[in-house]
Amino acid sequence: MATAHYPETEVGDLHRRLVILRVGLLLVVALLGLRLWHLQIHEGPYYRDLSENNRTRQVLLEPARGLIYDRHGVLLANNVPSFSLYVTLEDVKDRELLVKQLTDLLGLDAALVRKKMTAKGSKLLPRKIKDRMTLRDATLVESHRLDLPGVMIQVESQRNYPGGMTAAHILGYVGEISGEQLEKPEFLDLHQGSVVGQYGVEKSYDRHMRGVAGQKNVEVDALGHEKRATVVDRPQAGNDLYLTIDARLQKVAEDLLGEEHGAIVALDPTSGDILAMASRPGFDPNVLSRELTAKQWVEIVQDEGRPLNNRASQGQYPPGSTFKIPMAIAALETKTMSPSSTVFCNGGYQFGKRLYHDWKAGGHGYVDLHNALVHSCDVYFYTVGQRMGIDVMAEFGKDFGLGKATGVELPSERSGIMPSTAWKQKAKNEQWLPGETISAAIGQGYVTVTPLQMASLVGTVANNGVSYRPRLVQAVMDRTTGNLMEIPAVPRGKLSVKPETFRLIKDALADVVTKGTATRAKSSVVTIAGKTGTAQVAALRTGPEESIPKKFRDHAWFVAFAPIDSPKIAVAVIGEHMGHGGAAAAPLAKEVIETYMKLAPQVPTVTSDRPTMEGPGRFSNDS
Amino acid sequence: MINRLTEHRELDSFDIRYVALILAILGIGVLSIYSVTYGQRGVGTPYYLKQLIWIGVGAAAFLIMWASDYHHLARFAYPAYAVILVMLVVVLFEGRTSKGAQRWIALGPLSFQPSEFAKLILVLVLAHYYSKAPRVGWLQRVIVPGLLVLPGLLLILKQPDLGSGLSFVAVYAAMLLMVGVRSQALGVILLFSIMLFPFAWEGVWGSLHDYQRQRIMAFVDQDYDPGGKGYHALQSRIAIGSGELLGKGLYGGTQSQLKFLPEGHTDFVFAVFAEEWGFMGVLVLLALFVGLIWLSLEIASKAKDQLGALLAAGIVAMLCFCVVVNIGMTAGMFPIVGIPLPLVSYGGSATIMIMAALGLLLNVKRKRLSLFY
Repeated sequence: MATAHYPETEVGDLHRRLVILRVGLLLVVALLGLRLWHLQIHEGPYYRDLSENNRTRQVLLEPARGLIYDRHGVLLANNVPSFSLYVTLEDVKDRELLVKQLTDLLGLDAALVRKKMTAKGSKLLPRKIKDRMTLRDATLVESHRLDLPGVMIQVESQRNYPGGMTAAHILGYVGEISGEQLEKPEFLDLHQGSVVGQYGVEKSYDRHMRGVAGQKNVEVDALGHEKRATVVDRPQAGNDLYLTIDARLQKVAEDLLGEEHGAIVALDPTSGDILAMASRPGFDPNVLSRELTAKQWVEIVQDEGRPLNNRASQGQYPPGSTFKIPMAIAALETKTMSPSSTVFCNGGYQFGKRLYHDWKAGGHGYVDLHNALVHSCDVYFYTVGQRMGIDVMAEFGKDFGLGKATGVELPSERSGIMPSTAWKQKAKNEQWLPGETISAAIGQGYVTVTPLQMASLVGTVANNGVSYRPRLVQAVMDRTTGNLMEIPAVPRGKLSVKPETFRLIKDALADVVTKGTATRAKSSVVTIAGKTGTAQVAALRTGPEESIPKKFRDHAWFVAFAPIDSPKIAVAVIGEHMGHGGAAAAPLAKEVIETYMKLAPQVPTVTSDRPTMEGPGRFSNDS
Repeated sequence: MINRLTEHRELDSFDIRYVALILAILGIGVLSIYSVTYGQRGVGTPYYLKQLIWIGVGAAAFLIMWASDYHHLARFAYPAYAVILVMLVVVLFEGRTSKGAQRWIALGPLSFQPSEFAKLILVLVLAHYYSKAPRVGWLQRVIVPGLLVLPGLLLILKQPDLGSGLSFVAVYAAMLLMVGVRSQALGVILLFSIMLFPFAWEGVWGSLHDYQRQRIMAFVDQDYDPGGKGYHALQSRIAIGSGELLGKGLYGGTQSQLKFLPEGHTDFVFAVFAEEWGFMGVLVLLALFVGLIWLSLEIASKAKDQLGALLAAGIVAMLCFCVVVNIGMTAGMFPIVGIPLPLVSYGGSATIMIMAALGLLLNVKRKRLSLFY
């Protein structure tokens, strides 16, 4: 045997130790085998699951957001593909070189690109360097892809408002869902990065328009590169909205306000359909729907003119003399005044120690209700208010929708204030003072209204007390079924006001335009009835209007309807710091009314030119 | 007669079972490398072809070692160790860096890893040291060889290459075990180890690179932070576990094919194999390794002299250590220290070195049988 040749000393020991090594080896291998059995057989299915999840990524397919049309099918909001340039810093070898390449290739601002690349954030996540690239630029980048490591072009759906600033406050804008919003139950099915409506009908009808996201299961490698898409769950497009507004009238109304601050609301008193709702200054929803920098956002929010404020539904102004319309109705209905009873106006009204002025220094002499409205006599209404008391006034004001939101489909509508003794007790914990009733009687003091409320109010008068809730959306088209769901007008009931009262008031409002304070609203096209108002901004005013700084000048009101016999449109105009209602606001209302009357006959049905709709016959307008 | 007998025995020494085991394991390696790099658009020669070239070179080294005489080789042990130490110094200054460690020396278009060859040379050095004279007393048995190991160990740890460093220690420990250490000496070593542990820990932990510390921390808490430091370990366990009983088949390993598993063709090649061939494949591979080690131990135990026995034992210890630690680390039993799986993992230096070592083992057997000559 070979062992016989061993020197008998240490090699013998060695032999013995090798046996230990063998046993040790078998033990260790058995342990390894046991471990592998545990991993592969016992826990195998668990790891199989993990490996499946490892290679599949669930990619959400964003749905196309519903489109928005006006009442005649004019497109107001759609989606356009947009190319964005992303850079993943981890893959960029030489940043300066890349900056140079991008500026040379696309003409980007080098400093801006550098700033975006050095901004805080993960090196592994792609960061957006440029959005809204042209197709040409995107192709250029794609063709240089090999020279531009870490650069990626992403196609994204971008909300687009073809009309620019037109109807911006109505449409609103969209934006990435915020962390706060994600917590809310109505956004439960959404995820980080989802785009939702943040303002206007984009927000209030978001549920209808956002659609349902689809899902794609993508097999990826460890670098996240897509290998193949496996299962596709198609996204469902959101539903389209058909608004009540007429884009042409909207544009006219906005242009009439021009650079002034203010609002114009025009609605159809027989249905509550808002035909136009202009608010100035405005904003471009295309800009706001993009990713804004914090600085841009601060600029918009801190703008003195508050462009994001929809003055039509959120602006609260003292109604001034336009408030005399409900006051006059209340006076007749409560028999505080008869149509023929008169009040002597000498230009002032003494109450206690204070003298309340009439706007006309010399006074109007003896005035009845008709003349008090036509010439807007303050003393007459001081007397009415004094006799009626604030709580009766408040009752009538509320009947006409003052002091409460109209319920229009816009977020954050304001309600204005229709004061009463109870209101003051609750809001200020103070007693109502009799003098405050006198201010309130001519729409000053605590009384505030929104232009939308005033349009609705004058529409209710025009419609002899029958009123509808103002609305902006008349139909929603379901994109999956193609069905058009009409949203019916919401009646708010009929006021229990005698027809005779309305007749008397309308006569007076007609005379306001023909021979009263609003002769500048007189139209050769259509009969117009209306009421001027001037809301005081600063209490003490001396000298002519022109000498007062703009920000202390009065707000100009005009509310009107037309035609008088069968009203089709009710309008409220407020021009901030534009002075007298008759001079500044009335001509704007006249323009809006005339434009509408000229437009109306040309479009007898709302469906005639709506190409994208299936079964146009199903859509009709009861007006 | 005698001549014919020796000739026959020489042929017999070229143990066909031994060579078949080596070839089978090499085959599994090439197949796994082929599979994991399949579909990868590599520049130049694909990995499996390069590995075949390394195996060719390794085969040549194997034959040279088998044909030579380990007694002659042992005489060059110290000079060879000196040369390799110089190379390990050179690699620190001139070496090619990859993944945070400086391990390679470039030789024209090729590069090689001195630390791999250092392991084999260390075996030679220690075997030579112990066989030259009876080493008595713990100073001669433990301290002097320890001092021999130290420079190489420190240079390798400096690269840093924790895996090779541990292999060094393993070879040293195995040699000590083979020559036998008296319980008194063991007691002294133990005492010193315990006393020195805080300093050693400070020195070792402090000298480790961040990625090494993170890997060790990830081992301690295996499911912690799968995207970060525990990533390799978790992906490896997923790969092995998801292979289940029969595996996912060739190219079917999603973990490796989709690159979730890093280093699929080198340190983690076992996970690739386990994913594609399942527990059955794993059992076959383990059996092949056990067979190879078993035959090697046989050779060690039947070596005709102490030098041969120690050489064989050292090589087996090195082989065992690498196989156990590599499979253990991919299966999540040990921290990830970066030891390739012998004969399977892609790598020129490691493949050539291990084949040369196995050739030397067979040489020990050949010399035993040619004693009559």
